[in-house]
Parts: sequence; C-alpha cells; structure tokens
Amino acid sequence: MTTDIANNNRTTPDYNYDIVKLFVLATIFWGVVGMSVGLFIALQMAFPVLNVEPYLTFGRLRPLHTSGVIFAFGGSALFATSYYVVQRTCRVRLWSDKLSLFTFWGYQLFILMAALGYVTGVTQGKEYAEPEWYADLWLTVVWVVYLLVFMMTIFKRKEPHLYVANWFFLAFIITVAVLHLGNGLALPVDWRFGKSYSAFAGVQSAMIQWWYGHNAVGFFLTAGFLGMVYYFVPKRAERPVYSYRLSIVHFWSLIFIYIWAGPHHLHYTALPDWAQTLGMTFSIMLWMPSWGGMINGMMTLSGAWDKLRKDPVLRFMIVALAFYGMSTFEGPLMSIRAVNSLSHYTDWTIGHVHSGALGWVGFITFGCLYYLVPKLWKREEVYSLKLVNLHLWVATLGIVLYITAMWVSGIMQGLMWRSYNDLGFLNFSFVESVMAMHPFYLIRALGGLLFLSGALIMSYNFYRTIKGDVAEGEVDKDGNPRQAVNTSKNAQLQAAE
Amino acid sequence: MNPLKNHAFLEKHSLVLLIAIVVTVLIGGIIEIIPLFRQETVIEKVEGVRPYTPLELAGYNIYIREGCYNCHSQQIRPLRDEVARYGHYSLAAESMYDHPFQWGSKRTGPDLARVGAKYSDEWHVAHLVNPRSVVPGSIMPTYGFLLKNSAKLYDLEDHLKAQKTLGVPYSDEMAVWAVKDAKVQATDLDRIDSDGIISRYGENVNIRDFDGNPKFISEMDALIAYLQVLGTMVDFEVTKGINLDQEESEE
Repeated sequence: MTTDIANNNRTTPDYNYDIVKLFVLATIFWGVVGMSVGLFIALQMAFPVLNVEPYLTFGRLRPLHTSGVIFAFGGSALFATSYYVVQRTCRVRLWSDKLSLFTFWGYQLFILMAALGYVTGVTQGKEYAEPEWYADLWLTVVWVVYLLVFMMTIFKRKEPHLYVANWFFLAFIITVAVLHLGNGLALPVDWRFGKSYSAFAGVQSAMIQWWYGHNAVGFFLTAGFLGMVYYFVPKRAERPVYSYRLSIVHFWSLIFIYIWAGPHHLHYTALPDWAQTLGMTFSIMLWMPSWGGMINGMMTLSGAWDKLRKDPVLRFMIVALAFYGMSTFEGPLMSIRAVNSLSHYTDWTIGHVHSGALGWVGFITFGCLYYLVPKLWKREEVYSLKLVNLHLWVATLGIVLYITAMWVSGIMQGLMWRSYNDLGFLNFSFVESVMAMHPFYLIRALGGLLFLSGALIMSYNFYRTIKGDVAEGEVDKDGNPRQAVNTSKNAQLQAAE
Repeated sequence: MNPLKNHAFLEKHSLVLLIAIVVTVLIGGIIEIIPLFRQETVIEKVEGVRPYTPLELAGYNIYIREGCYNCHSQQIRPLRDEVARYGHYSLAAESMYDHPFQWGSKRTGPDLARVGAKYSDEWHVAHLVNPRSVVPGSIMPTYGFLLKNSAKLYDLEDHLKAQKTLGVPYSDEMAVWAVKDAKVQATDLDRIDSDGIISRYGENVNIRDFDGNPKFISEMDALIAYLQVLGTMVDFEVTKGINLDQEESEE
C-alpha cells in the first residue's frame, strides 16, 4: 500500500500464532470427529441395525458428517491457514487479537449449534446448508468479523503486492458470504422456535440451492484450499510458484466459471433446459481453470522433483494436487447430460465427492498441517517423518478402496435401474439394487477406516511433536540425528495449549 | 497493452480486488437465477396442484426433520426406465409449494415423487416401524417412535401464515382452521364432519386415521398423510392430450 518498503526493517514481525494454533488443533479434532461419523454412517449402510432411532439414524447423522468434515474440519483448516498466510505474506501481525479470537469461539459455537440441531431434528433440509435460521444468523456475524479481520490485516500490510494465495482466500471468504446469504433466506415460523421455511420453493429453491451447493465446493473446498497450495507448496518445495501469468488467468477464469456450474446437479429435472445446458457447458469449461491450478501447483516442483522422493510432507501436497486434477476431470465428465443420466442419484456421485474430499481437501490439509505444526510450536520438524509416510500410504489405500468401490457400485446401480428383460419390463426391483450394493458398502467402510486411521496416526505424530519428542532415526537436513527439545515444563505448557 | 500487467493494480488495491471478485462471481448466478422467477415460463399450468393440508404440512416437516431427502429423491426424470418404475415424470408445478424443494440428490432408496396411493396406510406403518418386515433387504432405519410421538399441531396456524407470507396461496380461513383441519383429516370419515376441510382443500383430500390408532394423532399420521398425497395431485388422465412441453404450449 502506501508504506515505503525502504523504510521497513526486515525483522520478522510479531505474528499472532496463538490463533493459528487454536484453529490447527480444532482442525485435527474435527477431522477425527467428522471422519468417525462418516465411518459410522458408512457402516449403517452395510448394517442397518446400527441405526438407533430417533437420534442416530442415517438421515440425521449424514448432515453431521458432511458439516463435520466440510465446515468443522475444512473450515477450521481454512481459518488456520488463511490467518497464517495473510500475516506472513503481508508481513504484519493479524489486525485484531480479540476479534480473531472471537472468530474462533464464534465458529466453534456455530458448529455446535448446527450439530445439536441435526441430531435433534432441527434442520432446513438443504444439503450443506442444513443449519436453521438462528445458526445461520450467528454464522453471518462470525463471517463478517472474519472478513473484517482479514481485510484490515491486508490494509495495514507492509508488502505492496497482495500475494496470490490471498486472492484465493479473499474470493473464498466473500463468495461464501454471498452464497450463504442468498441461499439462507428464510422466514422463521415463530421467533421463539428453530423452524423456518425457505424463502424459495420448487424450481427456484432447487436452482438456488445448487448454486449454493456447487459453489460451496467451488469456493469453500476449492478456492480456499488453492490458497493453501499457493503458499505452502512453494514454501515446502523452496521454489517460486511455477507461473505468475497462469495464476492470474486461472484465478479469474475459475471464479467466473464456477458460479455457473450449479445446474448440472439438476439434469433432466423440472428445471428449464436452458439452465441445465448452461450448467453443463460451464462445467466442461471449468476443466481448464481447474487444471491450470493443478499444473501451477505441481510444476512448482520443476527442478526439484527429487524432493518428492525425500519429503513425505511435500508428497502429501502433490498427491493432493493429483487427486484435484482427477476429480476436476471426473466432474465435467459427470456433468454431461448423457453420463449424468446414468451417474445421478447413484454412489458414483458419492465416490466422486470423496476423491475430491479425501484426496484433495484432506491431503492438502494434512500437508499444510505437517508444515505448520512444527513451525507454530517451534520444532525443527514433526516428531516422525516415517509416520507421515505411513499416514500417506494408509490414507491413499483407503481412498483407492473407497472410490473404486463407489465407481463399481454406482455404475452397477445405474445399469440395474435401467435394465430391461426381453419383454420390455424392468429387470430388477429397486431393493435388488440395494442388496447388490452390500459388498461395496463393506469395502467403502474399510476404505473409510483406513483414512480415519491415517488421521489418528497424524494426531499421534502431532501430539509427540508438540510435546517436543523426536522419533528414533529422524535426521535433520544435513543428515545429523535430531535432538528432542523436551524440557518437561515446556512440554506441559505446550501440551496444554 | 498487456492486460496481465494491469493486474498489478488489483494486487495493490485490495478493496478494488474485492469488488472485482464480487462482480465476477455475481454474473453467472444472476443470469441463471433471475429468469426463473418469471414463473409462467418455468412452471406449466396444470390442474389440481394445491397447497398441503395442515396435516400434510406437518408430515412434510417430519420428512425434513428426519432427513429423508438424504436417501430419497422426489424427482422423476423423463427417462424410459424411470417412467416405467415410478410413473409420469415430475412437473415443476408439483413442487411449487415446497419451501424448500425435496427433489433430493441420491437414491439409496427409491424415488418418492409418486409414492402417494401406491401402498396402503397399513403397509406404510409396517414399513416405517420395521422396513425389513415388508421389504427384506432394505437398509432403511426404523422409525417406530413416530407412532408414539404425538404430532405437533398446535402451532400450525403460524406455519400456514408463514407460508402465506412466502406466497403459498393459503387463505386466512385456512390458517384459522389449521389445527382443526389437521385433527379432522386424521380421523375416520364416519366419525367426523369433514365438510369444512373439503370446502377448503377439495374433494381429493385423504381423510382417515392413517396410523391405525384412532386414539390420538401421531407423527405417523402426519407423515403418512404427506406420503399418501405425493404425486397424486395432478390427474394425468385429465391432462392426457394437453401438451406439457412448454415451448409449444406457450402463448
């Protein structure tokens, strides 16, 4: 901004790491919780006896899982990384300690309000936007403060240029606000009770819901996490971002095109055809800016590919980008009407979502956490890089089991539904297609178990890292054995944080 | 001039960048959403679609509360197998009073857009209490507690008023009579005077004790009343011969 760089001394400002630490711990906690609920509901689909009426049925727990992993785990990760990155790249302390702390407790309170609502049956019944009006209003307050803290930090920055990671974080924060306000419009039946009716009905509510729903993917789960890529991949690889031009082109095209893609969730429905066609067209166009981001992230390693062999943390980030590339290819494919007529309503969609959620969002978050935790707690490196590697492979195996099971079951479902016998009658009753899914639901649950196990390995690794321990055989960059930094008092203090 | 060079301006002026982002993301949404509010071009004119009766509305709210939409769609696509399995493809008009829509996105269970009148009330009760008793192999949760919970009817007047504010054509009379109508609808015809509810909602309203327990009105009554009306409002025998394809039927 107006600050003259020449006047700045290059000493490190006193960054607010406490708030980042809080959100990092929340990310780990909610990750384990959200994935556990996911495993449980996966098992409910294999063994319906696990549904305990009235509170623990699939219908009430599924929003708990989706909100738990998207908003609690992913949201906390976004808060943590955006607060870290905006400070580092603006070279200035976060604007307000108090207000940033408010966003932490305010956001946690929102998660609790939403979760309690789901289990007790208080819901708006719109996917990924289930919280009722009182929780929505509270989230609006928290989000406005978040935007304020972020913008005010940018305003007082000591770098003239705003680094690309911040464009993505900014697009994420402001667009999620727009989507939340648009889709959340509702009229409470009575101000004393939780129940409200959506302002929109039928076709309009479907279009607005998927304008929201698809861009929750586009801006919450993509733009924000690309912000992570643009900071943490270059940092970890110790290389500059591959292409500045590509980052500009793909940023603007991504945010412009994403918004249009929503109607591909409504193919062959009562939504007018022109809207469906627009949604499909833009979904296919979206392939290019998506891959622009993947290429920019991956090619950042050019000249340093050997690091991939040595550094499991970087490996997490690059595998995340590979999954990002894969699911952003699969998405446009599934948005084509003819493909969608088979894939829609089936498990294929669930598999697609999870290759993005587990492979992309999960892995890039894990990679960033492995980078952040030692930095924040002033350790040279995590407790054990071997465990990082173990986490990577256990989780990758889990994802592969998950998505292949869902591909097979989804396509099988779709084909069974449209299968005819020689006389032109439907070949299968619906429940026959349900029963055919059983083995794949078991494999899927196993995949989920492996993914959750990976997250638990990570949690243990962080516990030991924060405690100050170093695993046997861990070496520093020069190949010397690393020393534990364990002073018992220090360890207690750190663990208590 | 290289437009990429001018990008430095945005990188140095964060507020301008913020505004540019908002404008960029608003365009697509505006173009896709605003035209849908010209309802006459979006929603076919068909006879028979009426707002839910108060009891059906209570059932609709239970359907949402239990998250039924997570596994059941209510949108039949115009594909050969779906029409064969579920019936006539869904029309926009059929969900025009659903705040919000219940089209769903996943069929872990079958589509329910036309489940109304397909099964008996007894079947629904048995199925909701234990799905596997009537559909072996089903993985649906059990919902026996619906039989024991009494339906929350006392504030239905407020519900109808809220819906009326949002544009659902409920009359003041309907709102005033909401609780009474709900009770009447859940009572067997031979025990009740049903002229009022029929005058307000039409001849086709299902009036009976749905859950097999006439002693009180349970959530099961409300939910089954809702399920039994799904997809039954439009009489497709009557609409035969009327071209539902909007491009040709318009103006």
